[in-house]
Amino acid sequence: MPGLARYLTVRFLLIFPTVFALVTAVFFLMRLTGDPVTNALGDRLTPEQLRQRLHQAGYDRPLLVQYLEFLKGVATGDLGRTATDNRSIADLLGSYGTATLELAVYALVIALIVGLPLGRLAAYYRDRAPDVVLRLFAILAYATPVFFVGLLLKLVFSVWLDWFPVAGRASTGVQLQLAHRSSVTGIFLLDALRSGDGAAVLDVLHHAVLPSVALGLLVAGIFLRLVRTNLIGTLSAGYVTAARSRGVPERRLRDRHATRPALVPVITLLGLQVAGLLGGAVLTETTFEWKGLGFELAHYLTARDFVAVQALVAVFAVVVAVTNFLVDAVAALVDPRVRY
Amino acid sequence: MAIRILRDSAGAQRAMVLAGAALVGVFVLAALLAPVLAPHGYAQLQDGGALFGSQQRPGGGHPLGTTVTGYDVLSRTLWGTRTALLVILLAVTLSLAGGVLLGLVAGYVGGRLDRVLVGVADAMYAFPSLLLAILVAIVVSQGRSSLTGGLAAAAVSVTAVFVPQYLRVVRAEVVRVKAEAFVDAARVIGAGHGRIMFRHVLRNSVRSLPVVVTVNASEAILTLAGLGFLGFGIEPNSAAEWGYDLNKAVPDVTAGIWWTAVPPGIAIVLTVLGITLIGESLNDLTDPRLRRRAA
Repeated sequence: MPGLARYLTVRFLLIFPTVFALVTAVFFLMRLTGDPVTNALGDRLTPEQLRQRLHQAGYDRPLLVQYLEFLKGVATGDLGRTATDNRSIADLLGSYGTATLELAVYALVIALIVGLPLGRLAAYYRDRAPDVVLRLFAILAYATPVFFVGLLLKLVFSVWLDWFPVAGRASTGVQLQLAHRSSVTGIFLLDALRSGDGAAVLDVLHHAVLPSVALGLLVAGIFLRLVRTNLIGTLSAGYVTAARSRGVPERRLRDRHATRPALVPVITLLGLQVAGLLGGAVLTETTFEWKGLGFELAHYLTARDFVAVQALVAVFAVVVAVTNFLVDAVAALVDPRVRY
Repeated sequence: MAIRILRDSAGAQRAMVLAGAALVGVFVLAALLAPVLAPHGYAQLQDGGALFGSQQRPGGGHPLGTTVTGYDVLSRTLWGTRTALLVILLAVTLSLAGGVLLGLVAGYVGGRLDRVLVGVADAMYAFPSLLLAILVAIVVSQGRSSLTGGLAAAAVSVTAVFVPQYLRVVRAEVVRVKAEAFVDAARVIGAGHGRIMFRHVLRNSVRSLPVVVTVNASEAILTLAGLGFLGFGIEPNSAAEWGYDLNKAVPDVTAGIWWTAVPPGIAIVLTVLGITLIGESLNDLTDPRLRRRAA
């Protein structure tokens, strides 16, 4: 098999053992604490009621049977129902997954818009004032927890200046209007655009600004540092010196010759950041009451509903494994050195 | 080592090292002297029979005001340095011990064991540490945290994410060092595997560890704070924890009350900033492409 096809096949097949291991680990970790019904409702039910609930949900059977059933469920996409409010996990994913996706995409866009140009700027002005300021910005972006950035943005821009809404994905009216259309994607911006209502589009974007900036800055700092380091490396590489000696203008050297190879690692890092982005999304959604999977996860954590937690964490793990495959695939397409 | 960093750095880089060291120094001092510095206890609600009151503005007996529960904000922020220092020590010790040992074994033994360890490490590496922390917190303390429960949850989950990182770094070095002539020489004079691994190879394979240690320490603080913010942290009467205080401050912020959120937040930022500044400088000095020597 040619190199690329072989690499992609092997890399794709690797998803399955990874997901299997993660899902298994999550299942057994959660069961170390006992059964989900007792955890969630133990102090509210009588022993008799508890026994009944346990039996109904099948938690009184051997652990191995439950594990095999859980695996079967994961394979067929049936992740069970939450212990506290008996909602289907699959429905939960359907109705809240898009919100998290939307937030993550906005944050990535902001991270790229902010991180890439600033990283180039820092590399060009290496060790001079702009570089020092930008590096400090990058370190601060990493050092500040995403929920503290969120709280500060909220305090300054929502409460004091009153420029942006405090929380939520859209105004109540717009939300109702979007939900009542015949086919909804759940991605508010798309839904608003398709409804052709300019005011609704603005409302959705208006709500998205602060959460996206909070989450985006976290990743922007990481991009900035990576681009800076790589660009400093390529700017002193032999082929750039050779091009310079051939009389290629400095501007073209910076913007073309040195930039392209410096950007390839950004693709790989993008994949690694998906994990950080999901963790950050849980915190950002909680800060801004952005009703996505992260918000739901925090809700079920507080409710001590560990069936829901187990399912949501397993889903996050699968998402991370799949995006890492996609990113590796793209990196292999762009850069032949990555292949086996 | 500290002296070498200072000697080898110049200009902005030296300023970064000094600023980082100053911040970390203040942090450690505050942690050691918290009982002296803090005007009140971390779980104190009253003084001489009079309650502090809820959400009092800064001023008077409370330089940074009081929280919604009625704790003194300044005191809790200062006491929080202790909790943060403890989680750093715990997480770094656990991760270093596990990661270095596994990296040494993987690199030295090689073969199938090496491939398995690296494979597992790669899978762990991609997993969001906060989610792992949540799972561990549930297992360790069922989410109802004492000081030890909360610290253990954060430290163990940070360890699970950082063992793979130490493993990678150490393994790469070990593979390189293993091929050096002095290792063959040791083998020729009859040194055993244990002696070669720990005396000859390990000592020459820890060059780049300090950088990872700084990231590890920062991540320990951020994970503990993240858990606390999700309401999975340490209960206020067992210790002061910045993430927990920020969680309680969310409704305050909406009401325009800044003094409950800003101090613990700033404390996290300054601590992580200090550690990261030191780490960045170390990184620059170990990466020759980035090094700038004093003229």
